[in-house]
Parts: sequence; structure tokens; C-alpha cells
Amino acid sequence: MKDALDKCWRNDGPAKVTGRSKFSDDLKFVRLLHAVPVYSDFVHARIIRIETADAEKAEGVLRVLTARDVPGANRFGQIISDYRIFADDKIRYNGDVVAMVVAETRDLAIRAAALVRVEASVLPAVLDPEGALLPESALVHEDRGSNIVNTHAVRRGDVAKGFEQADFIIEERFSTQSVEHAYMEPEVAIGVPRPDGVIEIYGSMQHPFSTRRFVAACLACSLAEVEVVGTPLGGGFGGKDDTAAIVCARAALAAKLLGRPVKMMYRRDWSIRESYKRHPYRVTYKMGVTKGGLITAVQCRILADGGAYCSVTPWVTWRSTVQCCGPYRVENVHCDTIGVFTNNIVAGAMRGFGSPQMNFVVEQMVEIAAERVGISGVEFRNRNRVRQGSVTITGQRLDTHKVSMGEVLDAVLKETDYEAKLAKCSHGTSSSDELYGIGLAMSYRGVSLGAEGVDQCAAIINVQPDGSVLLEAGVHENGQGAESAMTLIASRELAIGVDRIRYRRSSTSSVPDSGTTVASRGTIMGGGAVTMAARELKRKIAEAVCTELKCLPEDVSFDRGNVCGPGPGAAMKFDDAIALMFRTQRYPYACGVFKAPPVSWDEKTGQGDAYFTWVYGCQAAELSVNKKTGKVTLLSAVAAHDVGRAVNREMVRGQFFGGMAMAAGYALHEEVKSKDGRITTLNLNTYRIPRAMDLPEMTALIVENPDPQSPSGAKALGEPTNEILAPAIANAIYHATGRRERSLPIRLSAIPEEPQEEDCRL
Amino acid sequence: MRVNLNGRDLELPESMGERRLILFLREDMDLTGAKNACDIGACGACTILIDDEPAKICIKRVKDVAGKRVLTIEGMAAPDGTLHPLQQAFLDRGAIQCGFCTPGMVLVAHAFLLKNPNPTRLQIRKAINGNLCRCTGYQQIVDAIEQASTHYRRPADYPHPGIQPLAKAP
Repeated sequence: MKDALDKCWRNDGPAKVTGRSKFSDDLKFVRLLHAVPVYSDFVHARIIRIETADAEKAEGVLRVLTARDVPGANRFGQIISDYRIFADDKIRYNGDVVAMVVAETRDLAIRAAALVRVEASVLPAVLDPEGALLPESALVHEDRGSNIVNTHAVRRGDVAKGFEQADFIIEERFSTQSVEHAYMEPEVAIGVPRPDGVIEIYGSMQHPFSTRRFVAACLACSLAEVEVVGTPLGGGFGGKDDTAAIVCARAALAAKLLGRPVKMMYRRDWSIRESYKRHPYRVTYKMGVTKGGLITAVQCRILADGGAYCSVTPWVTWRSTVQCCGPYRVENVHCDTIGVFTNNIVAGAMRGFGSPQMNFVVEQMVEIAAERVGISGVEFRNRNRVRQGSVTITGQRLDTHKVSMGEVLDAVLKETDYEAKLAKCSHGTSSSDELYGIGLAMSYRGVSLGAEGVDQCAAIINVQPDGSVLLEAGVHENGQGAESAMTLIASRELAIGVDRIRYRRSSTSSVPDSGTTVASRGTIMGGGAVTMAARELKRKIAEAVCTELKCLPEDVSFDRGNVCGPGPGAAMKFDDAIALMFRTQRYPYACGVFKAPPVSWDEKTGQGDAYFTWVYGCQAAELSVNKKTGKVTLLSAVAAHDVGRAVNREMVRGQFFGGMAMAAGYALHEEVKSKDGRITTLNLNTYRIPRAMDLPEMTALIVENPDPQSPSGAKALGEPTNEILAPAIANAIYHATGRRERSLPIRLSAIPEEPQEEDCRL
Repeated sequence: MRVNLNGRDLELPESMGERRLILFLREDMDLTGAKNACDIGACGACTILIDDEPAKICIKRVKDVAGKRVLTIEGMAAPDGTLHPLQQAFLDRGAIQCGFCTPGMVLVAHAFLLKNPNPTRLQIRKAINGNLCRCTGYQQIVDAIEQASTHYRRPADYPHPGIQPLAKAP
């Protein structure tokens, strides 16, 4: 067991490294049919007619389905039911699916899809999020009366007074781009009609329970009549929620209507065209600071382009609102956030969930402010950052856990020798072609869903008569190693080896609905549930064996595969204790539930205890910029994150590196480009994610302060690692070139010899 | 048309020549380790080795391997299931997350280490540059390949999957 904790351990590792692992598209089904989506060339248009007759007559085609064929709800959504399984009244973006062709082979389905014709009257396309707010703008959803998806606000103190107290007022504008998740596995779904009438779903999705809701609503059946089976997932990053669930619903619909298994496997270009993206933001930010380097007020306006459907825009922008001042104490805050509908690609959940955009803004603002005051960015951060017992901008006192903001910042400063390297930055001039810079950024982040929704998770431990253990939890294996983390937590709690535990293939029909595996909540919520289940099981075992061990149940302990009493030699093997339970008619079975501690929120004032706990992180990047070409070369990246407790150290490091890599792409390479509302970067040759040569050697500093409110001690990591490298890179570029980059992705051209507009020196 | 697939000779009819190689492996042979993620040879998830050279097979046909030696991820471990040291290194160093790119990564690294058993980390990065991974940031993949390289420095000892059976693991 010790080995497993020291080395990396993954229950699915051997299967994945030998090619035996069966992802959705690797599964085989007898008499399988293939379904493909049909798109139109329109961006915004009212549908007059969808002509499917020619496609239906094509070779191998069984059926062409449209909105008319949906027996239940054609519209679904986690917040507003506006996302269509098939476009019905209008086409609202170029990725809207108007029909689906089901054929004997995928090639025949693709061939027939080209024969579907859509007749529609073109409407003016709403492509600019600011323009969408103008009274004369066309409406994406007429029934809503405007293009506003949602608004959020923070009203704290008195900003007018705060700006009066300021010696300097800094006002800046920033913008960020649309970003593709680029999970390596495109969406796949297989619907299988079972003899008992239940539709089974195998698919590439990270939200089995919401998938089940989509499918049941679409088929007009009960939740019990749909079973979503956990299948190895080729990456999610927040991106396999709504769209992936709709793909599952379409496959299920075809399977139900045709009585045969149906697979819907997405081509990469369909995936990029249809699936939702990270929101592009436009932010206006005004900050008041004193000569002493204290922030007196912040006023900001955040505009998020939500694209054609609501998806989770209200939740994404809520996190941006709560965290709009970064990890800093600000007494006077006036923040207005607006999510808007446009005819652009839908925007929804992506790793970070509204924080990468805001951190890009805030972590540059503090450096700009520091320079105006005449102190270093580190000193400015230290004067304003949250500390133990600080109150956040939403009025939440940070006292339920260790506030480790300073600890992670110090860890990065020490590891990088930051101050010494900062002194070597080129600030726009160097004797060679390369300009050198280092920069950092830090953040705090509310863990899990917060006041977004009900937050609970269940786990089941079912010990078999021979003492082997079946474990399952309501979190999904997205590739991050959730099953392994759950198994390690159970192993530690029960003091038995991981080799005695099998993680059950999860299914929506066995474990209680535990919500979605997003918001970096897998380990804290799932691990909490597993810990609760293990404790409940131990209580049952203790009651069963205490007579044999001649002690009270509460004196029974668990140690290295043994169940022990307090007296010397009073111990029995775990397996024997289980056998005893079966002999005495007791099941060693426990269901554990972890309910997130209460949170609160007042939508009008933007005040409340937004999240039950917080994590803290800091990252630094070193880079060089070529003066002649503007090419940025990353030289190193260092990160420190407080993870609560590291459950699987190598996998924890993997979250650091993966998040940082994705953030490097966000900073320097990635952008979903569109022309007139039609995406042009439709495959991985034109949508450029970081390659091995694009990335520097990275260092992960794991900081552990187990959280008293988390039963396992673990907190969150997946998203924090992805939310601060872009501003660290932007700050490093500033220190190298003297140019402040306010727009993502950062694309530099040749750097003139002397810095142009700003004094770059700190 | 003869193809040596994972150490075994296959006789295929000429009529199969135009079939997409990835579909032949995944659907006809049930060797699903090679993944199809882009269809245009941009991501490397479908990488296999043809005569020890990495090839992105989503853009290849069966006829492209006529008379050649093909190694897929399913041929890397010993027949008794013992992992190749390179595979073990991927496990030990946490180089696997979702695992979708893993088969291609392992094979491209294997081909590289056969040629250069004493690489720098930068050379390793260059070798895997054509294979995309969205989960790991490549750091631990580089660690794993570096760790496994020691096994390739003793050509007499190291097993050569697809040509000779693996020796029993030490």
C-alpha cells in the first residue's frame, strides 16, 4: 500500500498503456447503425423547410430525423431550456444541427447528409456582443425580449468615495478570445435498446446524470428507463457537458426509434463547429490606489459572449463576478457583469469557468498599479492580498481553512529566485536579439459549485464475503484519475491495500445522482463521500467485531489490513472481520454522502458566503522574446498550489502541468477564429494547441493544508492550475519588452529598439 | 499481400488494399489502441510503427503496409502480459491521464529510443512534437521516456516487440 502511495497509481493505467482500454468508439455492438449530424450553411435564419426526401432514399439510409421526430422535449438546458436537440424554429449559429441521418455505415450516412436541404430566410447575424445590447439589434431568442442572458453585480461600500481616497486611478480595457477544449477524443455516443425497454448509453461525456436527464426528457421516459454507463473518457476539461449530452440524446433517440444500437461519432470538424467554447470576455476595469499601495476601489464591467444558447453562461459569469478583484481586499467594489446571446458559437463550461479571463485582467492591473505607486508587483500584492480572517469582496470571512495566499506566493518567489531574475529583465532593450522577462500571477478560487447549485455527492462501498471491496462514487473518470483517487482514499481510510479494492464501472442506475464532475469538485466531493462511506462501514465492522475483540465499538481501530482492539494482540484480519459479519447476518455495505457546507448569495447586492472553501495558487513564467520576429519562447514555468491534501502525488503533478500547458496555449497560441459567424479553425492543424516543443520544463510545488471541512482533507486543483499562467506570461512579456498586452492570445510582432509608450521599469 | 502484424504474418487479399488502414486495424482486427481523433494526420493519436518508423495511419491505406512490419500498441507488451519497460515508465511517472494519446506516444517514443537510446530532454520533446496531448503538458511523458531510455542502451538486453518475444521481466 505504501508503494501505491509513493509511486503513481492508476487503476486504469495498465489498460491505457497497452491499448486495451475501451473508449466509446472502441466498443463493438452487433447490428450497429451509424448516425451523423446535418448542419446548414446558415448563421442566423428562420427555418422554412427541411427537405430530407433525397437523403432518405440514399443507399443504406434507414431514417433521417428532425425536430418533428422527437417524442419528448426538443429543448433542454441546465439553466434555460433553449438548447435544441435539432433546430426547430431558427438556426441560431452555424453549428446548429438541423437533422440526423441514420445509416448502415458511417460513410453512407455522411454521403446522405449532403443531400438534406434546408430552406430558410436569412436574419441579420448578431456577431458583436456589444452590438447585441443595442436596441436596434436583431434578437437571437425573440421570446426573451433582449439579447441579455443574465446579469450579476457586486455592490460593496461606496466606489465614489473609494476613488476620492485614491491617489492614482488606473483604467484599462482587456479582451480575451474564444477557446476550444480540444479534448483528444471527439464526442461519441452509443444508444443501445435493451430487451427490458431501458436505453443504455455509452458515451464520451463527463456528466452522466445530466446526460440521463437530457435523454429521458428527449425520449419522454423516466430517469429509471435510461442507464448511462461510465466509459473511459478521452478528456473533457469542462467541454463534455451540454453538447456531449445532446449527442447522447440523439443516439438514444435513433436507437429507440429503430430498435438497434446506434453510434454517433463526431468528426473533429463537427466537434469544433458544434461544441461550446470558453467565453470571450471584454472587460473595462478601473482601480483606485493610494500612494501607500493600497487598493481603495474597483469598478468593472464584464461582458461575456455566450453565443447562441444559454448553456451555463449565468454560472460562468457568476464566478467571474465573485472573483472580479482577484485575491485582494477591496472595500469599495462596483461590478456589473452581463452575459449576452449572439449568433456566435455557444460558450459554456471550460476549465477555469470564468476565472482565466478575470485573472488575465486583475493580475495585470495590480502590476500596472504597482508601477504607478512605485513599488514592486510582489510588494503590491503583499499589501493587498487576503490573509487569515480577511473578508472577501462579497463579504465572506476566510476563517474556515488556512488562507495560504502568502505561502504559495513565497514558495514561487523562492523557487524561481524571482527578485534576482526580475532585476535581469530586458525592459525592451538588450544587446542580443532576445529580450528576457519573468512574471508571475496569483489567484484564489472558490471550490466546487458554491452558490451555483445544490452540492452533494454519494459513494458506495460494498465489501464482498472474501474481504475484497467494490467501490463506486458519483464522480466521473474524465481522465484525471478520479477512480484512482477514490480508491486511494478508501484504501487509506480502511487501512487495506489498493489491490483489495475494485472501482466499479459506474452507472447512473447504481449510485445516487451526485451532480456533474466539473468545478474541480471530483476529489473534494467524491473523496468526501468515499471517506464518509468508509467511516460508516468501519462503524458497522466495529459493532460486529467488538465482542470478539473484547472492547467497545468505539475502541476498534483499523491498521494495515487488521481490525484491532485496544488490548495487546486483540486483532483480526480485515477479511476475517468481513467473514464474521456475513456469518452473523450483517452486510458490510455502506453508502456515504458528503453534503457541501452551506453557502449564501444575494443576487442584488452580490454579497454572501459564495463558496464553502477556497484554494490558493501562484505561478511564474520565464521567457524570451525575439526582437526581430516577436516570437515568444517559454524558458520555465513554476507553480505552487495549496491542494489541501495530495491524494496521488504524480497525478497531482499531472494536473499542475496539464493546466499550465493549456494556459500557455491560452496565452500565446489558441483562438477559435470565425468569419461571418462560421468557424474557420476546424481541425487540430489550424486550431493550434501546445506541442512538446512549445512548452518549457515545468516545476510543481505541492502545498498541503488539509481542509477541516473536507472529510478527506483534499481540496481542488484541476482549474486553479489553468487560471493564472496567461497573466504571468503577459507580465513576463511586459518585463521583457516594455509592452503591456491587453488582448488574448498575445501575438507580438517585431519589437522596436526602444519601448514605445510606457515606462516599463518597476 | 503479406503484412507482418505484431510479429505475426498475415496474408491479405489484394482487394483490401484500398481500405483505410485505421479501419482495418480497429474494425477488422479489433486492435483499437490506435485512436482516430482528427482524420487528417494532425494529432498523432493513430500512430503505429511501420518498419520501426512512426506513421500516422488515419491518412494511410492497407496497401501502404504491404510487405512491411507493423507494430501497434497491442504488440508492445510480452505475450504473457508483462509490460515493456517503456510502458512501465509511463505508468510510474504519471505520464497517463485520459490515455487517448498514450498508445501513439508510447510507439513514437519507442521508435525514437531505438535510434537514440541516450537522448537529451530536448531531443525527446522534438521526437514527440508531432503527437498532441491535452492532459499532461508532456512533462511526465518526457520524464517517462527519459527513464525508459536506460533500457535501450543495452541493445542485447532490451526486448524488441513485434520481432522477438519479450524476455521475462526481471
